[in-house]
Amino acid sequence: MATRHDTAAAPPAKEGGAAPARPPVESPETLRKRARLSRRWQRDVRWSPYAFVSPFFLLFVAFGMFPLIYTAWASLHTVELTAPTDMEWAGLRNYTRIFDDEFYWNAAKNTLTIGIISTVPQLMMALGIAHLLNYKLRASNFFRVVMLAPYATSIAAATLVFVLLFGRDYGMINWFLGLFGIDNIDWQNDKWYAQIAVSSIVIWRWTGYNALIYLAAMQAIPQDLYESAALDGASRWKQFLHVTLPSLRPTILFTVVVSTIGASQLFAEPLMFDANKGASGGPQHQFQTLGLYMYEQGWVNQHLGRASAIAWTMFLILIVVGIINYVISRRLRASS
Amino acid sequence: MTTTITKPPADATPEPPKNGRRKRGLKAGRAGGQHHAGPIAYAILIVFTLVSIFPLFWTAIAASRDNARLAETPPPFWFGANLFDKLEVAWTDANLGEAFLNTTIVAGVSSLTIVFLSTIAGFAFAKLRFRGRGALMLIVIGTMMVPPQLQVIPLYMMVAELDWTDQLQAVILPSLVSAFGVFFMRQYLIQALPDEIIEAARVDGASSWRVIWHVVFPAARPAMAVLGMLMFVQTWNDFLWPFLVLTQLGNPTVQVAVAGLGRGYTPDQALIMAGALLSTLPLLLVFAIFGKQIVGGIMQGAVKG
Repeated sequence: MATRHDTAAAPPAKEGGAAPARPPVESPETLRKRARLSRRWQRDVRWSPYAFVSPFFLLFVAFGMFPLIYTAWASLHTVELTAPTDMEWAGLRNYTRIFDDEFYWNAAKNTLTIGIISTVPQLMMALGIAHLLNYKLRASNFFRVVMLAPYATSIAAATLVFVLLFGRDYGMINWFLGLFGIDNIDWQNDKWYAQIAVSSIVIWRWTGYNALIYLAAMQAIPQDLYESAALDGASRWKQFLHVTLPSLRPTILFTVVVSTIGASQLFAEPLMFDANKGASGGPQHQFQTLGLYMYEQGWVNQHLGRASAIAWTMFLILIVVGIINYVISRRLRASS
Repeated sequence: MTTTITKPPADATPEPPKNGRRKRGLKAGRAGGQHHAGPIAYAILIVFTLVSIFPLFWTAIAASRDNARLAETPPPFWFGANLFDKLEVAWTDANLGEAFLNTTIVAGVSSLTIVFLSTIAGFAFAKLRFRGRGALMLIVIGTMMVPPQLQVIPLYMMVAELDWTDQLQAVILPSLVSAFGVFFMRQYLIQALPDEIIEAARVDGASSWRVIWHVVFPAARPAMAVLGMLMFVQTWNDFLWPFLVLTQLGNPTVQVAVAGLGRGYTPDQALIMAGALLSTLPLLLVFAIFGKQIVGGIMQGAVKG
């Protein structure tokens, strides 16, 4: 990593007399022969790239890399929230505990099911909306901007409204369903309905955003692909299936990965969806996610070591997702 | 992670970087579609638009009512008389004045810093040759995958050790690491900044900092603006970390303050909605004004931030 003095090696101003750009790497012998100005020049060209990237990496090491490794270290210890510096070696006990912990597995299952309920409809709807936005439209900018309003809304604000909309006795959604003769649904306490309600917050916030990403990718598809498909007599639906979808595969894969990462970290929605704003994810833990469970273990039960172990299992899950993504995208590239 | 995410519209030629770029991005959108949209397409889009707006609109309606009215069937569909009262009470109860100031400082400082650091790092990755460039870029991309939960615990210990609880720098400093920003600026500068301009400046004897100042910043300005807005939205809405290190009574950001509104045995729902509305209003304003540019930026970057 580059250090501070690189910055000093880049003189703030230099008038005339400097040599034209040279290849950055040269042997020290030739360097020494050059005029002083030219030497500064060389140093500038050679080291300033490191100066430019170093602030990011310094911050990353301090606030990204170090915490990552330290979490692993903490997960091997018994650490209390009240005295985070008193660490007592625990070996793998935090991890073995997790495997026997029914609440951990419950949270893992919930994270998975909420992840599926929120991601799959979200991305499919986004794909459909993007397809419609790709038509020649009046007021297309209006549609695009309005679709982003949920993205601008904070999780806290969105969740608070949805709690009211999903109210059991007087909520707007139950009232609406009542018009069709459906009895009031207990969106808080029934496990599956609660998970659907939490997922709907995620879906609401991110569908428009993903639609824009798909739209950008659709616009990059060469027009002649459609023209030749049309010449072959393919209907619009066939064109969508055989031209649009295959061209979007890398983008779809990307959004799936990003949404999976987002879903695995779900925290604020289930936290604030709970009527009592507790970390249990409903009285029967019916919508407690791993993120929430980690918070409960660390900050409610004050076991930071155990929370660290939970965090690392979440990271391992993500690494597996990353590897699957890598394999699939290689397959895709090989097949096309 | 995939780097071949989404290429910007094919017409991304570099020249005049100012506003020509944005306009072209959006125009390309219209030319990209093959057919005119039919009435069904419009109908679906309008329904989707209504669903996108309705919860926000209803937040304002609920904020203008009271608990009694919100516990009736059917629920209210239009404004009552209490809106400004409730907004005022929410403002004072949740200490929102201070919270807004805090959030503005946090979001402002971090987005400006991120934009500056990302631009110089993105420029180095896009246009300069140096040993280790590929490997370092891989690290940047890999960083985007590390979940915040993994960092929270040691950061919390650091903050406790430094006695930074309830202080804004505890929120600002960790938020400055934005791999997304570096990646975003790199992608933009690769195509928006012709090598010849840099070389011309070099031949004139400009040092690297002068090149940054006089060539890179002017060329990158539109992308810097978009990145700045995206980062502002992100830090404004950030929840988990501020929630852990800032307390509601100490020095809260807006999200932390609003999360604490209306607890208790019979919470005042209208009050909660008023707080939620206030917390989102500044961002909706930003989107109303710069919506087109933000849309263009998201479509060009096409990466979730």
